[in-house]
Amino acid sequence: MGKSLKANIGTIVGCALILIWCLLPVAWIISLSFKSQQAVTNGSPGFFPSKGGGAGWSNYTDVLQDEQFRRAIINSVGISLIATLLSVIIATLAAYAIARLEFKGKKFVLTTALVIAMFPVVSLVGPLFDMWRTFGIYDTWLGLIIPYMSFTLPLAIWTLSAFFREIPWEMEQAAQVDGATAWQAFRKVIVPLAAPGVFTAAILTFFFAWNDFVFGISLTSTERARPIPAALSFFVGADPFNRPASLLAAGAVVATVPIVILVLFFQRKIVAGLTAGAVKG
Amino acid sequence: MTTTYVQTAVDPADDARPPDSDRSRAENRLARKLVAPALVLMLLVTAFPMLRALYLSLFNYSLTDPDAREFVGLANYATALSDPLFWRDTGNTVMIMIVTVAVELVIGFAFAMVMHKVIFARGVIRTSILIPYGVITVVSGFAWQFAFSNTNGFVNSWLPFTSDDFNWFGQYWSSMVAIMASEIWKTTPFMSLLLLAGLAQVSNDMLEAAKVDGATWWQRLYKVILPNMRAAIMVAVLFRALDAYRIFDNIFVMTAGANGTESISFLTYRQVIEQFQLGIGSALSVLLFLSVLVVAAVIVKLFRVNLADARQES
Repeated sequence: MGKSLKANIGTIVGCALILIWCLLPVAWIISLSFKSQQAVTNGSPGFFPSKGGGAGWSNYTDVLQDEQFRRAIINSVGISLIATLLSVIIATLAAYAIARLEFKGKKFVLTTALVIAMFPVVSLVGPLFDMWRTFGIYDTWLGLIIPYMSFTLPLAIWTLSAFFREIPWEMEQAAQVDGATAWQAFRKVIVPLAAPGVFTAAILTFFFAWNDFVFGISLTSTERARPIPAALSFFVGADPFNRPASLLAAGAVVATVPIVILVLFFQRKIVAGLTAGAVKG
Repeated sequence: MTTTYVQTAVDPADDARPPDSDRSRAENRLARKLVAPALVLMLLVTAFPMLRALYLSLFNYSLTDPDAREFVGLANYATALSDPLFWRDTGNTVMIMIVTVAVELVIGFAFAMVMHKVIFARGVIRTSILIPYGVITVVSGFAWQFAFSNTNGFVNSWLPFTSDDFNWFGQYWSSMVAIMASEIWKTTPFMSLLLLAGLAQVSNDMLEAAKVDGATWWQRLYKVILPNMRAAIMVAVLFRALDAYRIFDNIFVMTAGANGTESISFLTYRQVIEQFQLGIGSALSVLLFLSVLVVAAVIVKLFRVNLADARQES
């Protein structure tokens, strides 16, 4: 009894530590976003806004009224969604072939995907910068969507093929024996089984695209296509030591909200996807 | 290289199928069609630019003066490899990789053990652990830079051994600590989720048997749990190490390379995008790519586990 109590206390302390670990910096940036500019400039150390140093929602209204910031959010949402949609469609085709069919070159496809997943992104930036300017897609949505897709594809292919391998494909044939057409069998039996995996791959892909920074700063030059992480880093000033901290914090919170919402809703799927792609893959 | 270790998990059902050449030929054709778009796209954006980088690296080529482009052979590589900056930045990168992965492995494992035990509030813990994973790296860089800031951060007042006006970004070592703290915070959850999946594969029967035989907690950890998780640990370390080796975002945001905190990715970026030196920049790109391959090979060798095992165990 005494031993299990001790173990329980250990687990509870462990949980508390995990929660602090995960949430402290988030709480900090939220707290910072409510400090007034003046309090921050004058130096206001401490976790919470000091008395009279609070700014209410003014940092948020300032950020949301900023045209560049709004453009960056629209760019990020648009580019990430399109890249996710396209890369999941293409990855689904490939993963279906990998999980379901025997063919020469299967190993090659999986290996290529793995190597690309480990590719140092920066080493592509130079040649792409040069090429995109020649093709005229530098600083456009397309110029980011293409590299995002090629880098999210490996993740999506590995995750999806791990999921697809678990699908009992014989059920499709069984349905056909029962009189369904091939298409009906696929649509009624396989699609519902595959859908959760596809959805998971889509969320992970979206995270990946939303988080990108290297392509975002290298392949854009104006607010035409600049995504939110790049825009945040350029937000007021080249001096990294004198940034409008509280304003930036508000911007950072706004940029993080979509991700947190996704995490809250789809926690189970994301965990399954991360581990399926990496450990089982 | 990792390539030889990747197994293409053959479905047992496929093995059982009688060899039918017409059918297998049709399958081959269909599969090629399905895989082609993904393969073409991946190669188009990676293999092709990489080959182009290889080509450009042989030239003295600056975008500010494109007409002066001239073939210089391997001179760019000689320049890069004989430059102390290159070695300093490689040293930084390797150090960041080793320190962050080591710390993450320990903390991530502890987190995984806790999450493995937890029965209540499982959803809450897992949701929270995904938040650092989901937060944009640039944002976590900001959060930690502001946290360490001596004018408006809280770290100095919370740490007992620093004075309140200690400037973390004033010198090399403390800047590195701040950068690594941000990196570790952001990616430990990923590590712990992978390790948690590995933990779930350790058989409970074996643990019970060890317990009955009188093994202590440490003995069970070293003799049963860790050996059975080798594949999962290796995958986690490999993924994280290669990810850490590419470190860029955190450094860009937190120090912009000040005080010699630049990484090899940052050096490459600076040459190509900020200074438009495509020749030497391409040589750096190639060197960066090669060094990633070396890192991958070393890790795979070090663990002597192949990814095929990881598959079969799951």
